Amino acid sequence: MIHILHVKKSFQGKSVLKDVELAIHDGETLVIVGQSGCGKTVLLKSIIRLVQPDAGKIIVDGEEITQMDRNNLFRIRKKFGMLFQGAALFDSMTVEENMALALIEHTDFSPREIRNRVQDKLEVVGLRGIENKKPAELSGGMKKRVGLARALIMDPQFVLFDEPTTGLDPIMADNINNLILETHRKLNITSIVVTHDMVSAFKIGDRIAMLHEGEIVFQGSPSEFRQSEKRVVKQFVEGKENIS
Amino acid sequence: MMLISFWRWIARKIFSFFGEIGSMTVLLYQMVENTRYVYRDRRLIVDQMQKVGVLSLPLVSVISVFTGAVSSWQAAYQLRGVMGGLPMDFLGAGVSAAILIELSPVLAGIVVAGRVGASIAAELGTMQVTEQIDALETLAIDPVRYLAAPRFVAGWTMLPILVIYADFIAHAGAYVVASFFLGIPSATFFNSVQNNFSLQNLFSGLIKALFFGGGTALVGCSIGFRTTGGAEGVGKATIKAFVFSSAFILIADYLLAMILF
Repeated sequence: MIHILHVKKSFQGKSVLKDVELAIHDGETLVIVGQSGCGKTVLLKSIIRLVQPDAGKIIVDGEEITQMDRNNLFRIRKKFGMLFQGAALFDSMTVEENMALALIEHTDFSPREIRNRVQDKLEVVGLRGIENKKPAELSGGMKKRVGLARALIMDPQFVLFDEPTTGLDPIMADNINNLILETHRKLNITSIVVTHDMVSAFKIGDRIAMLHEGEIVFQGSPSEFRQSEKRVVKQFVEGKENIS
Repeated sequence: MMLISFWRWIARKIFSFFGEIGSMTVLLYQMVENTRYVYRDRRLIVDQMQKVGVLSLPLVSVISVFTGAVSSWQAAYQLRGVMGGLPMDFLGAGVSAAILIELSPVLAGIVVAGRVGASIAAELGTMQVTEQIDALETLAIDPVRYLAAPRFVAGWTMLPILVIYADFIAHAGAYVVASFFLGIPSATFFNSVQNNFSLQNLFSGLIKALFFGGGTALVGCSIGFRTTGGAEGVGKATIKAFVFSSAFILIADYLLAMILF
């Protein structure tokens, strides 16, 4: 379980996260929505301290990580996988090398075991047989799927998704949504998804939280989100700047 | 009003310069700390050694041969004309000392700063702006250990080797010009080099190379890790890395000359 308590973050005097409080329960898929530039990615990166909060606490499975030393932080990070917005695959490596890196670094697996694990994860995302390709040879959708396979390679307890469907056509976006649902179901992971794509949010979310002006202004089930009378939530659901 | 803005600009630049020095010092400490993983990361280090050393050989060869050649030509001009007709017996000694002490380490250092320092900044800068460094962190891999330390070790081990190679090639260039264009007998040239050879000259060049190689890698990594602003930022980081490492080489050369001689 992850608790985010009174987290604040500013960049060059501009307050991005003012006072964020949120709990993420084991096994659920929490979708964090909000306008572009509202700080969703900052919040997501704060959860694994890729961004250091200015104040507040982040507690992962009972351990407070904001003041933790780097060795312990790396121990905690092994519980996480993350799919980045642009996939963030290592350009200089093949797909197999991208995926094998964490296994080589953190396990005693033999080369055969590593190869098998890589192939298994590629099969989960429907991309077997592309092990020797470089990221530059892949389409946007394929990169995202390889990014997801890499995020899953260490069998993480939590997976963070940063705008998983942004920049994809609707069919590929639906394909990624199905993959998120499928991996969630098969591997019983806790997923935290940041997006502004409401189709995606309603399809994959067990719970939706809305970040607005640095604070969580709503959290509830997708149906509660749809029915909310809050103006900012309605704007988002209806996709209109001005609503009556 | 203009004057206040000017002083503000100066103050900002000074703070920014000391900020750079501060971050480089912290990174240097972290890189040195991570050199304890040298055996574990040997494959990464050998890969970087190839990039810093082997792939720099063609450029270092061209620069060294012409450096030696022009040194020989200019030394002959000085001996004949400006110094009032000194014997050519001194040519080999003078050119050799200049190559060992100054020309090879500084020119090989600047070649590495341009070819390797800038490319480290561009590579790490691109990784930074495309979130690949964040991806490494997420995989619980320390970017300083995985990316910076191997480049640092490769920089300070390969530049002295490149300098030894450059010393040989520059001597060859000097000999060709002395022998074929200036008519100095081979025996005269090599006796002059041999009789005035000193280990201090050789080792002072190699000590300089250790500093230049490590410094270039440090500057490239530090600037690369702090790159922001997409493709434009990567371009700026590349230029900045070359300018900083070249300036570092020339300033360090002067300071080391004061210490070593």
